[in-house]
Amino acid sequence: MAPAATILASEEDGATVFRAEGEWLVVTAAELDRRLRDLTMPQGRQVTVDLSGVDRLDSAGAWLLLRTEHELEARGNQVALANLQARFTPLLEQVRSRGVTEPLPHPVPPHHSFVGFLARVGMVTMLLANRVYHILGFTGLVTVTLLRLFRQPRRLRLVATLVQMEVVGLDAMPIVGLLSFLIGVVMAYQGADQLRRFGAEIYTVNLLGVSILRELGVLLSAIIIAGRSGSAFTAQIGTMQVNEEIDALRTLGLDPIEVLVLPRLFGLTLTLPLLVFYADFMGILGGALMSWLVLDINIPNFLTQLQSAVTTTTLWVGVVKAPFFASIIALVGCFEGLNVTRSAESVGRLTTQSVVESIFFVIVTDAAFSIVFSMLKV
Amino acid sequence: MAEQPGDFVIRIRDLVNAFGSQVIHDGVDLDVKRGEVIGIVGGSGTGKSVMLRTVVGLNRPVSGSIEVLGRDVLHLNDDERHELETQWGVLFQDGALFSSLTVAQNIEVPLKEDLRLPERLMAEIAACKIGMVGLPPEAADKFPAQLSGGMRKRAGLARALALDPQILFLDEPTAGLDPIAAAAFDQLIKDLQSSLGLTVFIVTHDLDSLFAICDRVAVLVDKKIKVGTLEEHLRDDHPWIHSYFHGPRGRAAHPAEMH
Repeated sequence: MAPAATILASEEDGATVFRAEGEWLVVTAAELDRRLRDLTMPQGRQVTVDLSGVDRLDSAGAWLLLRTEHELEARGNQVALANLQARFTPLLEQVRSRGVTEPLPHPVPPHHSFVGFLARVGMVTMLLANRVYHILGFTGLVTVTLLRLFRQPRRLRLVATLVQMEVVGLDAMPIVGLLSFLIGVVMAYQGADQLRRFGAEIYTVNLLGVSILRELGVLLSAIIIAGRSGSAFTAQIGTMQVNEEIDALRTLGLDPIEVLVLPRLFGLTLTLPLLVFYADFMGILGGALMSWLVLDINIPNFLTQLQSAVTTTTLWVGVVKAPFFASIIALVGCFEGLNVTRSAESVGRLTTQSVVESIFFVIVTDAAFSIVFSMLKV
Repeated sequence: MAEQPGDFVIRIRDLVNAFGSQVIHDGVDLDVKRGEVIGIVGGSGTGKSVMLRTVVGLNRPVSGSIEVLGRDVLHLNDDERHELETQWGVLFQDGALFSSLTVAQNIEVPLKEDLRLPERLMAEIAACKIGMVGLPPEAADKFPAQLSGGMRKRAGLARALALDPQILFLDEPTAGLDPIAAAAFDQLIKDLQSSLGLTVFIVTHDLDSLFAICDRVAVLVDKKIKVGTLEEHLRDDHPWIHSYFHGPRGRAAHPAEMH
């Protein structure tokens, strides 16, 4: 049984009468709204809205009645709402006294025009510039705190740092190891496939050694850690921000940078180089096993060839980048966490942003390293 | 559905709630009449909020039966449950507004979900509710994080009232508000209750609220419930109830004629 409501117009004794009937409820509001808009509104007349047929009324129905009254008055009519059942009067008065407000027009952004597009590009550019500026500012703040720590080494939070090392380093070993191993396998397989055409299968070992040690090991680990730990930093610190825990720390005389950021920064900077070394080892291992299976290069031959292909410098060129990447990931992760405002939604948004930004900065830095190394001829 | 006065909108029988081995409610009976304001009080940990959550179906009791508007809350299929949920509005402690939506959008959520209303009408109804709960019109486009605690509660109340429910559940509506804001909120609930003909189920700690708006009070003590008017509770000699209503704060809240 769908509730029904109507409004009908008629002429009686030189006056217009609107007869409202039925159930004026939020469930019938859509229907009523349509009927009311279809109604031809008189001008400068005596209008009676007869409400004797209204059986049920809620605040949405009351709003529609009052809106009609308002519209009629705006056209210079004398309006009277008549014969409303007594039990609905308080409701109508309640809505009349407080609820009669026009919705504010929502500012509509000019999305689809060319100017709107330009404005958006400009806004995003400014936002990006602003972000970089603030991240640099945050880096400065952390550096100052770090310098203070050198003067008072007792303030280092050793336990927190060790916990972070365990969480971001030790606990990441299975996933980093497995993925590096698989990348080694893939590289060996694909490399062998191409090099076999030239009868140069043995150079698969060179390809593996150089690419994994110089680039892949460190980049892969950094990206996994950005996704795994950078996001966790933002989410943890962001949730603390939502709960006002950061403010609580400040009022207790504790510096959130010292308590939250530095242990994460140290933990990550110290463990990422170790993880990279481990990733290099697992990658080479995967490559070696694959070479043995597919190319019949046995392990001693593989090692001899590897020795001629890479030097310790090749390893160091990769590992030396790790602390830089680690600092970027930790700083961006903590920065975005502290940026969270007091809403749950911003935690999610900034966590995503933190991962995207840290991977972006890691790759940009990697490119910068490549340029520097090629200039130094290493 | 019959609407004669005096019928019960909520009937709770022999309700047992327990978390693990810890029993919270042990055989609670409660009837709420149509159009009354009932206050639920009790010490911390006596399960006031659990009671509310159980009635609206957010918490499954160990045993017992709960009828709301004549329907058994514990044995509903999805359609019946949805139908019933449009008949009540719930205001959670901190408003529980969706933080990614503006106030107006929060109010439009239940409207959108159940009815096919034109955008403009929906915005009008939202603006109407915002006015009814005493928020300024500019609040419509604000996000919950931009509002004060009192405004968040009002916005939460507006959302709870979006579908013009018959029953309003309030969980500590005045907690965290200053006395003036709390008194204003009490008055608002009283006004809305009388003009909209609501039945109000209110969990509170606030003695002033109890005296200001509640017709009857249910006190949770010893895992049971004691229901009565304030006068009856004031005469009760159960030690907790006595110290609750006759403690320094209780005395301060009594209207003079009750002494």
